[in-house]
Amino acid sequence: MDLSAINPILFIAGFLVAATPLIFAAIGELVVEKSGVLNLGVEGMMITGAICGFATAVETGSPMLGFVAAAVGGAALSLLFAFLTQITLANQVASGLALTLFGLGLSALLGQSYVGIKPPRLGDINFGPLADIPVIGPILFTHDIILYLGIALVAGVWAVLKFTRAGLILRAVGESHDAAHALGYKVVRIRTLAIMFGGACAGIGGAYISLIRVPQWTEGMTAGVGWIALALVVFASWKPWRLLLGAYLFGGITQLQLNLQGAGVAIPVEYLAMSPYVITIIVLVILSADKSAAPASLGRTFHASH
Amino acid sequence: MIRLEKRPEPSRAFSLATPLLAVVATMVFGGLLFIALGKDPLTSIQTIFWEPLFGEFAFYYRPQLLIKGAPLVLIAIGLSLGFKAGIWNIGAEGQYIMGALFGAGMGLAFYPLEGWYIFPLMVMAGGFGGWLWAMIPAFLKVRFGTNEILVSLMLVYVAEQFLASMSLGLLKNPEGFGFPGSRNLQQYESAYNADLIAGSGMHWGVVAAMIAVIFAYVLLSKHRLGFAIRVTGEAPRAAKFSGVNPTRLVLFCMGMSGLLAGLAGLFEVSGPAGQVTIDFNVGYGFTAIIVAFLGRLHPVGILLAGLLMALTYIGGDIAQSNLGLPAAAIQVFQGMLLFFLLALDMFTNYRLRFGRAEVA
Repeated sequence: MDLSAINPILFIAGFLVAATPLIFAAIGELVVEKSGVLNLGVEGMMITGAICGFATAVETGSPMLGFVAAAVGGAALSLLFAFLTQITLANQVASGLALTLFGLGLSALLGQSYVGIKPPRLGDINFGPLADIPVIGPILFTHDIILYLGIALVAGVWAVLKFTRAGLILRAVGESHDAAHALGYKVVRIRTLAIMFGGACAGIGGAYISLIRVPQWTEGMTAGVGWIALALVVFASWKPWRLLLGAYLFGGITQLQLNLQGAGVAIPVEYLAMSPYVITIIVLVILSADKSAAPASLGRTFHASH
Repeated sequence: MIRLEKRPEPSRAFSLATPLLAVVATMVFGGLLFIALGKDPLTSIQTIFWEPLFGEFAFYYRPQLLIKGAPLVLIAIGLSLGFKAGIWNIGAEGQYIMGALFGAGMGLAFYPLEGWYIFPLMVMAGGFGGWLWAMIPAFLKVRFGTNEILVSLMLVYVAEQFLASMSLGLLKNPEGFGFPGSRNLQQYESAYNADLIAGSGMHWGVVAAMIAVIFAYVLLSKHRLGFAIRVTGEAPRAAKFSGVNPTRLVLFCMGMSGLLAGLAGLFEVSGPAGQVTIDFNVGYGFTAIIVAFLGRLHPVGILLAGLLMALTYIGGDIAQSNLGLPAAAIQVFQGMLLFFLLALDMFTNYRLRFGRAEVA
């Protein structure tokens, strides 16, 4: 075992990258859950975004167009969920599961001819001399634009939820859809928009895995990141900044176990690969004592009788 | 202007009709999907739904219906108990893997000893493995209030890694020339879950699935516990007042679904699959979720839904080799089925009203 093989600077830069798909997927789901909807289809929307983004980037040669396509793909799939839960009033847990099962199949179908292809690279932003600062430079200033966009998105969601009227309405719908409806807010419309936002974010998160983190397309490549993102929202008690912290924690664990695999630690590879999932469970257990932060209408079906 | 009006009581007619309507709608939209893939839709549908039952090689495919249907029915019956009560075990895939590992491990521990008691011990170990794996989310839920959906799902990934580790390590065939995977249980007589009537596809897993269907039917319609399950799902507050113990209900429903999924895994690994390999699991645990809903969480419905889903698996395989239909297309097809089912279910609980809402 040679732990000195792990370069701390590369490690930190690596876990920022590992955390980014989680940040996107989780912040999207946070908004959805704040509006009172539980969408368990994150994994399905992520994998759909991953292939939509990958295919578009390969066909057009532009990774940025890939990310746009991923957002559109994720949002389009989430519309199915919105239709089921908001229009036909289906059970949200079952509909979310359906979305994940469908998304996994659909992505495998779309991705058949893209296995083994290298996508075009999205270059890092040029920060000029900033990138040359020792230690801080390589950690903070050698990344692609999407990574910074993820952090900006967290800040944006936080600000919108806390300071704007739109955020207040969204939270009102999530806390009590009947009261919000009585005040004249369009509950179904607001929730549908939130669901689409969640779908677009999950799509971008998925594309970040297939275009930047790996970068390649394989079936089922999101491997549970969507589910970890769902756990992360609970971990964060529905607070954007805690979500960012949690994403870095999980990104760090993922990166650490990969580095330990590389360094040839005496623990078998399979047990290292289990660790992010096991740690997710442990964290969920520790945090499940306090449910007070959850939106009060979370997961409940809204039907306006008049 | 179209409005939805809640029915005073769920419509029985629609409750029975929606699965059929969903199948028809899936065939129509599946046909469109096949056109998009450049295949003839009618031939594709016929290959998937007709060939396995009545085609030229039906004698070969019909036993497959039992082989593929049994694990689906077995797992779905277990899941339906929890789903009815609002307890969501979606990690059946992991429990299936653990059942297979425990069961196969028990059998291989005796190798090369022969004895009548080996297979029953394997069945017990398999059921125990699945039960144990399901008890983790169940225990965490009742003790700490942890979300069972996320924990049971996370444990699928843990089980998959554990399976990889076992088939490369402890359970690896010492005479396997270094290839991953265990000894083939089909060549170990005491551990082989053979067809009870040769070539019929009727192995012990099929028998277990039948027993599970009957057991679930009796439980739900005649037993107090079945009543507790139903009332908890339909009216949780009423359940509390009628003295239902939610802790025991969670432990029972999760444990039962884990046990049945574990058994399904054991019967598969000791029979049709034969050995523990890295990719031994093929997603029965997830497809069983569709089966449970398609069967309307009713034991008899699940039996029929399981056979239908097995048919799409077999038909999908045939369409793959005969028509070059991608394997993933059938997965999309199955996902679509669940979508249509959930959407059409609206008519069970609501009535469509046309015209303007009158002012109260």
